[in-house]
Amino acid sequence: MAAVFQAFGTAAVLLPANDSRVRLLGSFPGRKANVFEVRSEKKIVSDATRVSGRGQHLITNAVATKADAAAASTGSKSGHELLLFEALREGLEEEMERDPCVCVMGEDVGHYGGSYKVTKDLAKKFGDLRVLDTPIAENSFTGMGIGAAMTGLRPIVEGMNMGFLLLAFNQISNNCGMLHYTSGGQFKIPIVIRGPGGVGRQLGAEHSQRLESYFQSIPGIQMVACSTPYNAKGLMKAAIRSENPVILFEHVLLYNLKERIPDEEYICSLEEAEMVRPGEHVTILTYSRMRYHVMQAAKTLVNKGYDPEVIDIRSLKPFDLHTIGNSVKKTHRVLIVEECMRTGGIGASLTAAITENFHDYLDAPIVCLSSQDVPTPYAGTLEEWTVVQPAQIVTAVEQLCQ
Amino acid sequence: MALISRSTSTCAPLFRPLTLFSLRHVSTDTSPITVDTSVPFTSHNCDPPSRSVTTSTSELLSFFRDMSLMRRMEIAADSLYKSKLIRGFCHLYDGQEAVSVGMEAALTKSDCIITAYRDHCIFLGRGGSLLEVFSELMGRQAGCSKGKGGSMHFYRKQAGFYGGHGIVGAQVPLGCGLAFAQKYSKDEAVTFALYGDGAANQGQLFEALNIAALWDLPAILVCENNHYGMGTAEWRAAKSPAYYKRGDYVPGLKVDGMDALAVKQACKFAKEHALKNGPLILEMDTYRYHGHSMSDPGSTYRTRDEISGIRQERDPIERVRKLLLSLDVANEKELKDIEKEVRKEVDEAIAQAKGSPAPEPSELFTNIYVKSFGAEAYGADRKEVRVTLP
Repeated sequence: MAAVFQAFGTAAVLLPANDSRVRLLGSFPGRKANVFEVRSEKKIVSDATRVSGRGQHLITNAVATKADAAAASTGSKSGHELLLFEALREGLEEEMERDPCVCVMGEDVGHYGGSYKVTKDLAKKFGDLRVLDTPIAENSFTGMGIGAAMTGLRPIVEGMNMGFLLLAFNQISNNCGMLHYTSGGQFKIPIVIRGPGGVGRQLGAEHSQRLESYFQSIPGIQMVACSTPYNAKGLMKAAIRSENPVILFEHVLLYNLKERIPDEEYICSLEEAEMVRPGEHVTILTYSRMRYHVMQAAKTLVNKGYDPEVIDIRSLKPFDLHTIGNSVKKTHRVLIVEECMRTGGIGASLTAAITENFHDYLDAPIVCLSSQDVPTPYAGTLEEWTVVQPAQIVTAVEQLCQ
Repeated sequence: MALISRSTSTCAPLFRPLTLFSLRHVSTDTSPITVDTSVPFTSHNCDPPSRSVTTSTSELLSFFRDMSLMRRMEIAADSLYKSKLIRGFCHLYDGQEAVSVGMEAALTKSDCIITAYRDHCIFLGRGGSLLEVFSELMGRQAGCSKGKGGSMHFYRKQAGFYGGHGIVGAQVPLGCGLAFAQKYSKDEAVTFALYGDGAANQGQLFEALNIAALWDLPAILVCENNHYGMGTAEWRAAKSPAYYKRGDYVPGLKVDGMDALAVKQACKFAKEHALKNGPLILEMDTYRYHGHSMSDPGSTYRTRDEISGIRQERDPIERVRKLLLSLDVANEKELKDIEKEVRKEVDEAIAQAKGSPAPEPSELFTNIYVKSFGAEAYGADRKEVRVTLP
C-alpha cells in the first residue's frame, strides 16, 4: 500500500502533510506505523529505484547528514569500521561476486595487490582472468578495456596514478566518451576508470596532477570524486553498475581515512551531491580532499559565529545543480573550494554554471579558491602553498559574509 | 618507381576442377573445387598455409557479386561527394575489396571485425545494407548510426562489426579488448583488428600486441598495406616495411590482398591459429585506386601509370571474372548482367537514401548517456531549447 513507507528511501511518494491517508496510518490495528518522516525539502530523487536491483535492501543515501546516517543504520547491525581503500575493495569485491562480467585491469593490481592495496587478495580469489596485471601500456590497456566493454563486459581500469591516464587520453575521449553517440546508441561502454590523483606528500609535479579539469569537457562520460569510506564504497558500486563510462577520482592522501560504514549493501547515487553540514550563511562547495580542509575551517567559522553550509559535490560531471541550487537559494553566497587548477578547473565550470542558473539569487560574486596554476613543487613548504589551506577558507568566508 | 616490387603475376590460375558442370545452373553449386592462389604465402615464425584453396563456384560467384557491389558503391559515393551530398571525410575502399570478401568467407558472425575509417565495404560485408551506408554518408536518419557518425563511424553490433574509427591506430587496442572479451566469455571466436600501413607505426599497436601475446588472446592483427599512409609512401615512413615481421615473437603471414581466395585461406588459417596459439599478424598486400580520401587526388605522390598498371594486372574483380570465365561458370554476358543488376541496386539505394530525412533536432542530445538522469542542457542561445538529457 502506498501509505506505508519503508524506512529506507524507495522512490518517495511525498504526501502533503494534511493528506488524510497519513492520518489513517496510525489507526491500522496491530501494525506498527513504520513511517519515516520525510521532510519536504529533502526530495529523494528517483535514482533510488533506477540503481537498485533488490529494492528493499539497498539504501540510497545521497543526502547524508549526520542525523540521517545514524537513523539509516537503525534496525541494522552497527556497521563495521574500515579504511577508505578497504571500503573501495569491499565495493569492488561485492560487485565482482555479484556479476561475473566485472573484471579489473591495471598495473600491479593482481599479484602485487594494487599499489594502494585496493585490489589486495582479489587475484587470489577471482583468478588471473578477472584481475589482470597489465604491462605499463596505459594507452592500449585502456583501449582494451573499452573494447571489452563494447561487448558487454564491465572492466574497471585502474590508473596507478591519475596522471598516467593522460597517455590514454585519446582512448578515453574518443572511444570511451563518444562511441555510444557515434554508433547511434548501438554500443554501451560500461567501463569504470579509476585511480588516485591529487596533491600528495611531496610526490613531485608529475605525480600530483588533477585530471578532473582535462576530462570534464568530454561528452558522454560521468565523473565522480569520492571523499569518505562511505561514499567511496557507494560510488564504486554505482559506477560499476552504471551503463555509462564513469571516471572515479580518488585521492592519494585519503586512502587511510577510517569510518564506520553499514553492513548492509548500499549504493550512492552518481549524480547527487552530499550535504555534509547544513547551514544558513554561506554555501561552501567542495570535493575530495578539500572537504576536510573545509570542515576544519568550518570548526573555526562556527566558533566565530558563522554558519556555513558545506556540500561535497561528489558528481563532477554533471553537476548536481538541484542540490547546489537549493543551497544557493537559501544562503545567497557561494564559496567554491577545490584542489583543481585555477584555470579551466572544476571550480571555473561550476562558477559559470551557478552564475548562469542562479544569478538572481546571489548576493555576492562567487569566490573560487583553487590550487595555484603551477606545477606542484617538491619542497614541502611550497607544496603547502599551492593548495588551499583552512586559514584561507576562513578568510574567504569572512570576506564573503561582510 | 620501385615502390611496387611485388611480383605481378598473371591472373590465369592453376586449377584442378574436381567436377565438370554445365553453364547454367552453377550459381548454387557448392561442390568443392580447388584453385591455387596467385603467389604463395610468405611467413614469419610459422608454417604458411597451402596455396591450394578450396572454394566452390557459388562462392566465386558471390565474390564477384559482392566485390562488384562494393566497387559500385564506392564509385557512387565518389560522385555523391563531388555533388556535395556527402561532406567531410570520405575514404574509399575500391581496389581493396578482396580483403573484405575474403575475410567474410572465412569468418562467422560471432567473430568480430574492427577497422579504421575505410570501413564502408567491410560494413557491407558484415551484412550492412546499401541504404544504411548511403544514408549514413549523407547524414540521414536511416543511417546505421542514425546519421550521427558519418563515414568514419559505421557500426553493426548484431554482426560483430565494431567500426569505424577516426583516430589512426586507436582501434587496435579496442580490437585486442574484443579478443579479451571473447576469451573471457569463452566464445571460441576471434577478432580481426584491421589497420593500415600508416597505423603500423603507432606505439599502441605494439603495446596491444604485447598484451595479446602475453595473455594468449584470439586477436589477429591485419595490416591492409596499400603502400601509402595518406601521401607518404611506406618506404618513407617505415624503416622496415615488412609489416608481417614486426610482431617479432608473434607469427606473421604475408598475403596477396588482391586475391580474394588467398585472403580467405589466410584468414581461415589465422582463425585456427589464434584459437590455439594466440595472436597473429596478417599483412595484406593491397592497393587503393582512389586517393587517401576524397580531398586527396591520389596522384601527387604516385604516378597514374602505377595506378592503371595495378588495375590492369591485379584488380581483384578482374581476377575473379577471369577465373569464372575460365572455369566456364558464367559467360561474359551473365557477368555483365550481374554488374548491371548491382548498379541498379546501388542507384535504388541512393534514391531511397536521399528520401530519408535528416535527424530530428532532439537527436542532438540522444545517446550521449545511456540512461536518463534528468540533467538539463541549454541550446546555444541559452533561452529556448532546453532539453532534459535523455
